[in-house]
Amino acid sequence: MSVFLLKRAAAFLATLVIASMLVFAVLDLLPGNVAQVILGDTATPESIAALESKLGLDRPALTRYTDWLGGLLQGRTVNSFSYDTPTATLIAERLQVTLPLALMAMVLTVLIGITLGIFAAAHQNRVGDVGVMAFSQLGIAVPSFWFAILLILLFAVKLQWVGAGGFPGWSEDDGGGLWEGTVALILPAVSLAAVQAAVLSRWTRSAVLETLREDYVRTARAKGLSRRAVLWKHVLRNAMIPVLTILGLQFAFLISGTVVVENVFVLPGIGRLVFQAVANRDLVVVRDVVLLLVAMVVVVNFAVDVLYAVVDPRLKASDA
Amino acid sequence: MIIAAGGAIPAAGFSRRAWRHPSFAIGSLLSLCLLLAAAVSLVWSPYPPAEIDIPNKLQSPSVAHWFGTDSLGRDIASQLLVGAQASITVGVFAVLIGFSLGTGLGLLASARRGWVEEGVMRLSDFTFAFPALLSAILLGAIYGPGLTTGIVAIGVFNIPVFARVTRGAANAIWAREYVLAARAAGKGRWRITVDHVVPNIASALIVQATNQFATAIIAEAALSYLGLGTQPPMPSWGRMLNEAQTQLFQAPMLAVYPGVAIALAVLGLNLMGDGLRDLLDPKLARKR
Repeated sequence: MSVFLLKRAAAFLATLVIASMLVFAVLDLLPGNVAQVILGDTATPESIAALESKLGLDRPALTRYTDWLGGLLQGRTVNSFSYDTPTATLIAERLQVTLPLALMAMVLTVLIGITLGIFAAAHQNRVGDVGVMAFSQLGIAVPSFWFAILLILLFAVKLQWVGAGGFPGWSEDDGGGLWEGTVALILPAVSLAAVQAAVLSRWTRSAVLETLREDYVRTARAKGLSRRAVLWKHVLRNAMIPVLTILGLQFAFLISGTVVVENVFVLPGIGRLVFQAVANRDLVVVRDVVLLLVAMVVVVNFAVDVLYAVVDPRLKASDA
Repeated sequence: MIIAAGGAIPAAGFSRRAWRHPSFAIGSLLSLCLLLAAAVSLVWSPYPPAEIDIPNKLQSPSVAHWFGTDSLGRDIASQLLVGAQASITVGVFAVLIGFSLGTGLGLLASARRGWVEEGVMRLSDFTFAFPALLSAILLGAIYGPGLTTGIVAIGVFNIPVFARVTRGAANAIWAREYVLAARAAGKGRWRITVDHVVPNIASALIVQATNQFATAIIAEAALSYLGLGTQPPMPSWGRMLNEAQTQLFQAPMLAVYPGVAIALAVLGLNLMGDGLRDLLDPKLARKR
């Protein structure tokens, strides 16, 4: 493995460990008394003491942190206060909605964003370019959750093609199925992707235009290669490096967007789970979900770093 | 985006060029409307925004109620006007947090380089893993939702954004000949930072501040929509959307007005930022 990837892997692991410390500290140490927060201001000292004992808050913070992290690594988590079910079980159930939604949104983002960006760059300063840039400027200004509401207005209220929200489940026993489940996720995925694609199309356009000005592109054209061949064979691969960076950063926004859009469409995903947990003061669920979402962002950014090395072989040999 | 050596933002003819720039002109007008709405609402609104008037609920737009009323009979126009205050408050403070801390860290990284720079950049990477929404969930779970929770969550996420932009722009300045000359003349790192680096990266930071302001407005709306941001009775565009969603079949337009207000405010700030970028860096404008 190259020095570049080793460094990135070390940074990835360090980020995960520090993130876990921060999440633990914010939810476990800062408020002074977690049991008080969970039970509210009207709790009696006896009930607070009982909950403290149940949660193991009478043990040192370091022991609680290592127990929590060790448990997570072994797939063992504590029970949610509201559901009396291990948080891992709750999260695994909800991921069946959130992961396909995030994946569908990401695929749509890449397809729409990169295609529009390349199209705009190839037609710079012409009608197509102006149209794409106008779309992207509007897309960036529209919050994904409002776009989601507009989609509900159009497709559920006006046209009545789909329901206004909800998720039938993946299993036919629950009245759902693969097709029904996928259909229920289309509008949420489109609402997430529209905004992200708008951002990505601008970056793709800039990256392609920047690469088109490189000397090796002029050389390739001078050799007699057509503009289209230069674009596909030489420009795109080099333009993908900044685009990958943006994609990695966009994933963090996509995850946030997923949390909000799940609430708009009343989807039983991670977003709904964490908001119900905040409302119920179910801090262990909040802690585990937030760490999972942060870990997803970190993992995707690490994957982007690995992809850099694939796209740009110079990085493999360097210690950048 | 770097402007000429030793020069701050060029002033001569700037305003004349600015108003001829379509993006800047349209963006500035929209942003001015946002500011005016917030300013006017401090002293006047058609009705008290939180005044409940059940007999007049879900009214269509009329002379009495320009955009109609919601399910509790509250005047939509008044809520929209006063809602601008929440957006601006969060935007200003979130940008201030990000700007002051992020710019400081970026300048420090650029002036010291080595492990300090590495440390600042890793800290930035780390903070990026906590989008504003996740921070707001964490803080909201402990301290309860509210305007301050939103400001802190969005502001913290702004810190690495400003740190990265500042470091990138400042590093380019540190590589310039006039900085080398200043060092040769015996100027210290902090003197050079104040005299040469800051004036030359000011334009990049102004543009970034405009963009982050726009991002903060969207983030505030999302947090308020979820109940983690501005709390009643203070109106906010995000919470108006949340309440409108329960009336989609009876009064669909209630879900349109606040969204249009958010989109126009964000569009205005983004257009103004784009315009400023072109105006402050003519080289970049020619490339685009």
